[in-house]
Amino acid sequence: MEKASTIIFIVFAAAAVLSALNILLQRNPLYSALSLIVTLLSLSALYLTLHAEFIAVIQIVVYAGAIMVLFIFVIMLLNVPAVQPQIEKQKGLRYLAIPFAGILIAETFYVVLSIGKRTMPSVPVGTEAQAVGTTWSIGTSLFTDYLLPFEVTSVLILMAVVGAMVLARREGD
Amino acid sequence: MTNILVEWVIKTVVILLILVTAVAYLTFLERKVMGWIQLRVGPNRVGPLGLLQPLADGLKMIFKEDIIPSQSNKWLYILAPALSLVPALMTFIVIPYGSEITLFGRTIELHVTRMNVGLLYIFALTSVGVYGIVLAGWSSNNKYSLMGGLRSSAQMISYELALGLSIVSVLLYSGSLDLVEIVNKQGGWLGHTGWNVFRFPLMFVFIIFYIASLAETNRTPFDLPEADSELVAGYHTEYSSMKFVMFQMAEYLNLITSSSIATALFLGGWNGPFVGRLPILGPVYFAIKALALIVTAMWIRYTVPRFRYDQLMRFGWTTMLPIAIINIIITATVILLFP
Repeated sequence: MEKASTIIFIVFAAAAVLSALNILLQRNPLYSALSLIVTLLSLSALYLTLHAEFIAVIQIVVYAGAIMVLFIFVIMLLNVPAVQPQIEKQKGLRYLAIPFAGILIAETFYVVLSIGKRTMPSVPVGTEAQAVGTTWSIGTSLFTDYLLPFEVTSVLILMAVVGAMVLARREGD
Repeated sequence: MTNILVEWVIKTVVILLILVTAVAYLTFLERKVMGWIQLRVGPNRVGPLGLLQPLADGLKMIFKEDIIPSQSNKWLYILAPALSLVPALMTFIVIPYGSEITLFGRTIELHVTRMNVGLLYIFALTSVGVYGIVLAGWSSNNKYSLMGGLRSSAQMISYELALGLSIVSVLLYSGSLDLVEIVNKQGGWLGHTGWNVFRFPLMFVFIIFYIASLAETNRTPFDLPEADSELVAGYHTEYSSMKFVMFQMAEYLNLITSSSIATALFLGGWNGPFVGRLPILGPVYFAIKALALIVTAMWIRYTVPRFRYDQLMRFGWTTMLPIAIINIIITATVILLFP
């Protein structure tokens, strides 16, 4: 059983990394968007191996199912020509990119190394319903411990929706 | 461990075979129902009562020429039918067809698997299934196909909201996302003892759910993505042979899925008279209820005219969505006041 989950992890982790690379390497925006969907699906499979079923499914419903459909919708509507127009390159930014990439890599190394030293906390023993990442545990913590941040976030999203409607509205409508 | 795996494989194969047969005969039933409604006979030449018609249709489709348009995006064009068929097939592993039967001294649960997010799993798959249609429309490099694909994605996003919100009321009653658990909560003989459709606000929710599921499965009066009079055949205009069949199969599978979910959520699933004593009756009741919903969908298809596109979107956003939200509030209030 242990072996099986390791194999599953390796397969989907590789799929996630490769498709994430493909997002950057593809010229065609539609292919990039499709690669992003593959990345999201592989991540969802990884969540499943951690028994976070609710998060795994929500990952697909929200990101792969709703947000990416809108992305693809827009790409198809704009119908980007196959030959990409050359983006005007700003020389200064290119030199700035090297130190930033260095900082990012150093940061990643720092995080990975500090994780390696730590021992993982043992998985809390409990009933299946109490495990982290199930519908029950997320629902309970959202509506008790994190009620205020949850409500504030929903107000924030409401503001974004109203803002989008105001911006999209044509004059004289 | 291996025992469970073998059991899963056997169940999956059995369900797959039943589904493929059911899909073939649903096309036959559809034409028969259309015939009855239009005062015709329907297909009756191939075999007794025309019963071998699906077989003849299948053979015909296999031997058709498989055309890939030269200006199409070849890989996506080939991938698209699979993308719409596979998620449609995957939904069936969480649908409970019955309680438990004993076969060869083993207790067998009549569902492939159960998970505590079963219902959300189905939603995730239906939302992924839209990519098949969208990519088919785009990769065909045909304006009618593209219009069909775009319409379909817009329609599915709009009606998914009403569908999802209407289910929240059911979840408030059952307190679980597990379909087996939801059906178990509706035990009893007939409606008055527990089916969700006979509870006060849920009967309205059922109507909302049914309308939204018709829109999700692209059935008339919501079949704008393939409106023949405007778009030739919509997203599958360029498809022929087995690729076309895959789209048709996905469509009928989605119809079976939505009817099965409606059965499990509202019509008590496998529950019915004597099912406690004779568990084998469970799948029979389930099939009868699901079939009734499917025939209703066909009946609607041949009696109601198609919406105009702007009417469809307005109906989804300004009628279905508010009613679904109000239903949640009413259900929550009822549960709070009469626990």
